[in-house]
Amino acid sequence: MEIRKELEGKKPYELPRQEKRNYYSQIMQALTQKHYNHCKQYQNMLKIINFNLEEAHEPEEYPFLPVRLFKELELRSVPKTEIVKTMTSSGTTGQQVSKIYLDKQTSMNQSAALIRISADMLGSKRFPMLIIDTKSVIKDRKMFSARGAGILGFSMLGRDTTYALNEKMQLDFETVEAFLEKHQGKSILLFGFTYMIWEHFYKVLKSSSRKLDLSKGILLHGGGFKKLAAEAVDNETYKQCLKEVCGIERVCNYYGMVEQTGSIFMECECGRLHASNYSDIIIRNPKDFSVCAQGETGLIQLLSVLPDSYPGHSILSEDLGQIIGEDDCPCGRKGKTFRILGRIQKAEVRGCSDTYEKS
Amino acid sequence: MKNLDIDWLAGNTEIIVHPLQPYSDLVVYFLDELSGILRKQAIQEKLPDVQSLAFWCRKSHILKLKEKANNHNSLGRGLVFHITPSNVPVNFAFSFFFGLLSGNANIVRVPSKDFHQVNLICHAVKMLFEKPEYMTLKESNALIRYGHNQEITDSLSKKADMRVIWGGDGTIAQIRKSPLKAKAGEIVFADRFSLGILDSDAVLRTSEAECTQLARYFYNDTYLMDQNACSTPHLLLWLGKEKEAAQEKFWKAVFLEAQKYNLEPIKVVDKYTDLCIAAMKNSSGIKKITQWENLLYTIDMDMLPEDICTLRGRFGMFYQYALKNLQELAPFIQERVQTLLYYGLDAQELMNFVLNNHLQGIDRIVPFGNSLDMDVFWDGYDIVGQLSRNICFK
Repeated sequence: MEIRKELEGKKPYELPRQEKRNYYSQIMQALTQKHYNHCKQYQNMLKIINFNLEEAHEPEEYPFLPVRLFKELELRSVPKTEIVKTMTSSGTTGQQVSKIYLDKQTSMNQSAALIRISADMLGSKRFPMLIIDTKSVIKDRKMFSARGAGILGFSMLGRDTTYALNEKMQLDFETVEAFLEKHQGKSILLFGFTYMIWEHFYKVLKSSSRKLDLSKGILLHGGGFKKLAAEAVDNETYKQCLKEVCGIERVCNYYGMVEQTGSIFMECECGRLHASNYSDIIIRNPKDFSVCAQGETGLIQLLSVLPDSYPGHSILSEDLGQIIGEDDCPCGRKGKTFRILGRIQKAEVRGCSDTYEKS
Repeated sequence: MKNLDIDWLAGNTEIIVHPLQPYSDLVVYFLDELSGILRKQAIQEKLPDVQSLAFWCRKSHILKLKEKANNHNSLGRGLVFHITPSNVPVNFAFSFFFGLLSGNANIVRVPSKDFHQVNLICHAVKMLFEKPEYMTLKESNALIRYGHNQEITDSLSKKADMRVIWGGDGTIAQIRKSPLKAKAGEIVFADRFSLGILDSDAVLRTSEAECTQLARYFYNDTYLMDQNACSTPHLLLWLGKEKEAAQEKFWKAVFLEAQKYNLEPIKVVDKYTDLCIAAMKNSSGIKKITQWENLLYTIDMDMLPEDICTLRGRFGMFYQYALKNLQELAPFIQERVQTLLYYGLDAQELMNFVLNNHLQGIDRIVPFGNSLDMDVFWDGYDIVGQLSRNICFK
C-alpha cells in the first residue's frame, strides 16, 4: 500500500523539483483543509490570519506551527476514540512534553515511510540489529518515552534485535560478541541515539582493551549533537572516532522529531541530510520568516505529508540549518539536501520576575 | 553569620543594627559619592542602567525626595532583608538604597546570575565602606549572594524587622515559607500587569519628530526590558476619533524605532508561539493580527476579556483595543494592574478616573517613557515610609 496515491510506484527519492513542488502545493492544501475542518484551534488561527483555503498555494505559503505549540495545546484532527497511540517528546525534567495524537492510518503511514526511506538509504534487507541502548528503556513502562518509542519504531527495520547495554547502561561485551559471532560475515544494522552511543559505547570501547569488529556494520543514529558540542564533537569527528574504535564504515545520522515521526531526514553516503518524497524542508530568515536562499542560515521549517490525525504537516523547528542543494547530490537522490547547525540559543531575558528560576 | 554557602560581596558578616533617621546626611553623602563613582564607570563602559542608577542616587535628587517626604520623627525599623530579582541587574541597588534612605541596617541578596553590573556596583560599595566616615554603614549592611537555600533564607528572615521581596508571585510564595518575627513586616512586589492609553487625535497631531520621540519612549518602556518588566505595557487602549489612522502612524514609528532591538532567533520562536497560542485559543475577541516582520506583532481585540491580565506579550507583541470612552475601562481594572502609561491625556483626569471609580488597581499614572523609572513610591507603597518607624509625640 502506498502512503499517498500520488506517490504510487515512486522510489522515496525520485521526485524532481518541479514535480515535487506541484505535489506539495496540492497535498499541503488538502492537509491544511482537512485540519481546518477537524481541529478547532487550527481553524481559529487560520481564520484570524485570513488564510485562503480555496486555492492551492506555493508550498512555502502554507502556515506553519511552531513546534512548541504541541507542548502547550492538545491538537487533534480526529475524535479521541480513533487515537491509537500518543507520542510524547523526551524533554528534560520539569519541562512540558509534546503530545502527538496518532490514529491508525497516520501510525501506519509513519512506519511505511520509515521503512521505505531506510530501505533506500541503508539497504532493503532486514539486517540483524544491534540496539546501542538498554532493554529496560522499553520494558519499563515508566521509562517509556520518546527514547523507547524511537527504539521500538526503528527496531522493525531489523531482525534478531539485540540490546548492547545492560540495565546499568554498561556495554555488555558477552552479548555483543555472541551476536557478532552468530552473524559473522553478514552486514548488521546498529541503532541508537547520538549522545548515548558516544557516552556508553564509543568511550567504553576507546578505553577498553577488548575490541569489537564492526567493519560490516551500518550505524544509524539521531537525536542531535547538542550535548556533544561541549566536547567539540561534530558529525565528521563522530564518524572518524567510531571508525577508529570498531572499524565501522557507514555511520548514518538522521534528523527527525516526534512531531513528524516517520518522514525523517537521513544522511546519504556523501554525508548530506536528504528530504524524501514524504517530507520537505524550508529555511526561514528569523527576521521576517522570508525564505532563505541556498547556503543561507535560518530556522528550519519541516513539511510532512504523513500527519492526518494532528495538524503537524508544516512545523517550524527550533533548529538552525542551511540548504546545501536540490536534486544535485552526488549520491544521485533527488530532493533538497541540508545541514543542521544546532539548536537556537537560549536568550538572557530581562525582566523583574523569576528570582527563583532554575539556574 | 557563619554560613559558608553565602558569598559576602560587601559589608559586614555581623550586622550591627543602629537605626538612623530617614534621609540622614551620612546616607545622602554616601549615595552621592557612590553616584560619582558609578556615573564615571557607567559612561566608560556604556552601561545605561548603571548610569540611570547613578543619576537617581545623586545628592540633588535625594534631597528633593527628602523635602517631599517630611518624616523627621522617624527612625529606621531595624534590619531589612531584601530578596531582589534575578534578571534585572540594578534593581537590587534600588532596594538597598530604599533601605538606607529609610535609616535601616540591610542584608541584600543580590541576583545569583553573574551580571557585570552587579559586581561593579558591589565593588564600588565595598570600596566606599572602607572609608572611615562610612564605618557605621559598613557595620550595618551586607550585600550577599547565595543559591536556592531555604536554611539561609530562614535564618536571615528570623532576624529581620522588615522583609522586602521582589520577583513576583512564585518568589513570594517560596520566601514566605521562611517565617518572620511576630512584629516584623513585609513589602512584596507581586506579578503585575501594566497598560497604556493614548488619545488618537493627539497622536495624529504629532509632528514626525514628536512621533519618533513617542515611539522612542515606548521602545524604552517595552523592548528595553524584553517587555518583561512588571511596569511594561502589554495592552494599549485608544481613545479619540481617528483611532485606526493613529494606530497606523504609531506602530509604524515603533517599528522603525525597534530596528535596533536584538531580536535573537529564540525570541522570534517564543513570540511566534505566543501569537499562535493566542490565535488558537481565542475564537472571539481577536479581530486581527498584524505582523511587522517578526519585530512587532499587534493583536486587535474587538472585545476585552474579563481578565485583561491574560493579554500578555513578550519581545514586542502588543494587544490593542479601541475604547468608546474611558469609563468603559473601569470594570476591567483589577488589583493586578500596576502602571497606566498615557499620551495626549490629562493625568488629573486619569487620577480622577481611578479615585471616582473606587478601583483596586492602577498604582501609577505616568507618561510614556517613564515606565521603568524607579521611585520610592512603587506598587502603591510609600517604601521609605513603610520601612521606617514613626514616633508619635504630643
